Amino acid sequence: MPDVSPGPLTTRAPGALSAIRVCDLSGQLAGAGATRFLAAFGAEVIRIEDPVDQGRWDIIRGGPPYVDGRQGNDLGGAFNNHNVEKLGVTLNLRTARGRELLERLVAVSDVVTENFSAGVMERLGFGYARLRELREDVVYVSNSGFGHTGPYVRYKTFGPIVQAVSGLTFLSGLPGRPPAGWGYSYMDHMGGNVMATAILAALVHRNRTGEGQWVDMACAEAAVGFTGPGLLDATVNGRPQRTAGPRHSNRDERGEWAPHGIYPAAGEDRWVALACRCDDEWRRIAELIDEPWTADFSAAAARLAEQDRLDGLVGGWTRRRGRDETVKALQAAGVPADRVATPQDRVDDDPATAGWGLWPEVEHTAMGRVRVDGVPAHLSETDWRIERGGPCLGEHNERVFCGLLGLRRDELAELAEEGVV
Amino acid sequence: MSPAGPLAGLRVVELASENAASAGKVLGDLGADVIVVEPPGGAATRAIGPFAGDRRDPEHSLWWWYYNTSKRSVTIDLAAAPDAFRELVRTADIVLEGERPGALAALGLDHPDLRHDALIWVSVTPFGRTGPRAHEEATDLTLLAGAGPVWSCGYDDHTVAPVRGGGNQAMHVAGAFAANAALVAVLHRDATGVGQHIDVSMHAALNVTTEGSSVTWLVAQQTVQRQTGRHAAVLPTTDVQVLAADGRYVTTGFPPTSATDFRVLLDWLAELGLLEEFDAHPFLEMGVERGGVDPRADLGDPLAEEIYRTGRDAMVFLATRMEAYPFFVAAQERDYQSGIVHTPDEALADPHLVARGFPVEVDHPQLGRPVTYPGAPFLMGATPWAIRRRAPLVGEHDAEVPGP
Repeated sequence: MPDVSPGPLTTRAPGALSAIRVCDLSGQLAGAGATRFLAAFGAEVIRIEDPVDQGRWDIIRGGPPYVDGRQGNDLGGAFNNHNVEKLGVTLNLRTARGRELLERLVAVSDVVTENFSAGVMERLGFGYARLRELREDVVYVSNSGFGHTGPYVRYKTFGPIVQAVSGLTFLSGLPGRPPAGWGYSYMDHMGGNVMATAILAALVHRNRTGEGQWVDMACAEAAVGFTGPGLLDATVNGRPQRTAGPRHSNRDERGEWAPHGIYPAAGEDRWVALACRCDDEWRRIAELIDEPWTADFSAAAARLAEQDRLDGLVGGWTRRRGRDETVKALQAAGVPADRVATPQDRVDDDPATAGWGLWPEVEHTAMGRVRVDGVPAHLSETDWRIERGGPCLGEHNERVFCGLLGLRRDELAELAEEGVV
Repeated sequence: MSPAGPLAGLRVVELASENAASAGKVLGDLGADVIVVEPPGGAATRAIGPFAGDRRDPEHSLWWWYYNTSKRSVTIDLAAAPDAFRELVRTADIVLEGERPGALAALGLDHPDLRHDALIWVSVTPFGRTGPRAHEEATDLTLLAGAGPVWSCGYDDHTVAPVRGGGNQAMHVAGAFAANAALVAVLHRDATGVGQHIDVSMHAALNVTTEGSSVTWLVAQQTVQRQTGRHAAVLPTTDVQVLAADGRYVTTGFPPTSATDFRVLLDWLAELGLLEEFDAHPFLEMGVERGGVDPRADLGDPLAEEIYRTGRDAMVFLATRMEAYPFFVAAQERDYQSGIVHTPDEALADPHLVARGFPVEVDHPQLGRPVTYPGAPFLMGATPWAIRRRAPLVGEHDAEVPGP
């Protein structure tokens, strides 16, 4: 055990989670997203990376996007985004000395996180039983695609696989076409969010009882939970979803609304989303359209009976006008509507994101000042803070191994020589 | 009775809403005592379908059933009986609401009116409680459109409208952040005794849940473009979604690149007697001989590019010749990250999820039979997640609550 007291390593004002230390073996987005949330509220998250492969187990580490096209292992834009406010250390867990340092780190950590495939932690010698010996009340949270038990325990996944297997991909698409799916790893984000719930709930329990625990999260299961009411239509009403009729996911879930969809605007790849929830909203939309055919659709029953024809007519109207002009007019009329925002639209030209402070700028040691995702919750007493960029490889070795674990600098230099850090 | 959840002992008073229902479910299924407050006659969200037995009444909304598990219901007319709500809030650790900004203030029942030192109050609204768009009308569709997800979802053909992913995801994303922020506040209160207000914006939540879309603009001012069944990207990538022999789709994941990958592909084709029919197979053999290909480093090497393309084509060929589920299993058993496009109910019946005990039966006495629900989002060793009771009937617990 170290003979230095494991106090906080940061000097700034404490956040809500400043007393929490996380030994973070996770990465990618599904793991990194969870510990990012904790770090934004002041938790001391120490990311462990492998010096042998230069941290490239996390395929995002040196990957795009890049500032000014500058590429490199410490210059990955997405890695920075997902790892803000964390400390980064290197440890070669194939070496006895590396494993010993991890043991010492676990002993002073409240939480251990990882999103390896099932079995990796056991093979490293850090299964839950061992972690508990090192720290009896440890909260240990594993996040993998299929979890640590069951017939697919060896299967490998990333976001799109989880989305496909869980049903989320199927729920996204238009009639007569293949599933469109999600154009990003939605379940890496949401897997990270659910993982954060598991960590925080386990910490709440530990505060009350002193008891830690292991949490085995299978991202594919968490994902099925995001398909609920439609799934109950199958289990309660005996209506299998595959044969229940074609998906029309721009309308689905609110079959009583029409028009309800995404319509073309003038220009290339410009679109307007609108929802008409009642006759009164239709009256206001019809006033804006100001064409005789709108009179045919004053009743919801008429709009629903000929929804495809209605969509064609509404689309004919939207197509002749500028996107933002239509959206502004609908919003002014109190009808739910928005543009299908491009990344530039919502980052640089949306008063709601600007007013929220949603794109904070961090200082990254190698990349300089970079904007990143903020947090969509503001807390009146202990708000989040995102100021420090993601760690360069091994950036905080001295701070953690000397400052926290009490190694001498010459010992650390020796470990570097030996390839342990 | 299930063992206590990790949040046992915390009381949540939730005003029934379309914005905050999933956050309440997260907390309730983890053991918090969640009391959902409805107007007499039932919450507006009981009108959202589908409906059990297609009966369109407040007790048969499957939306209500799903998002209100583990909760108790009391009915309060906030305008007529504000004191009943005040009294209930006095017993709460957390208040969770999704009312329009200003609506509770008009009744004298907002956070500033009812706060006590230790109270945590979570508001989930489309654009947050303040700011220039706070009073705009919004739905799940308009939120996903305006906040980023829709831009990234759809088809290669951009004359076809982009797509909103289904399943009420605006509420799920905001609900996850709301529940997590509430738990952060609980931990702060554990240490200090101090509660606080939490303002959650659904629009902000979706904006920071777009993976590459925001970050590619923030860092490099580049715009990702949507593609069928795969990641939106600045530069087009190759298709990964394949129609299998039984009319179901599979997703083939990352293309084969290593020598082992090519060897396994050759063996797999041979095993199925399809080697000769896949007449580009010599390129797979070359892939083995040259020790694999690196799609980045080998860019511009025509032979390497042909080998890389052939590996991908072989996966597509196998997928089109097999039924979807056997392809998924066979590919994964060979270490290829691949997936099957299940429907949600097929996922619930998948042998892996069944083996892990994921589908759970919930008693529904009024229905006369139990109903199968999606189960635990994670397995907690000491304090298991559980649906503690089916969603409540309108005012089912009027006589029980409030109490300590």
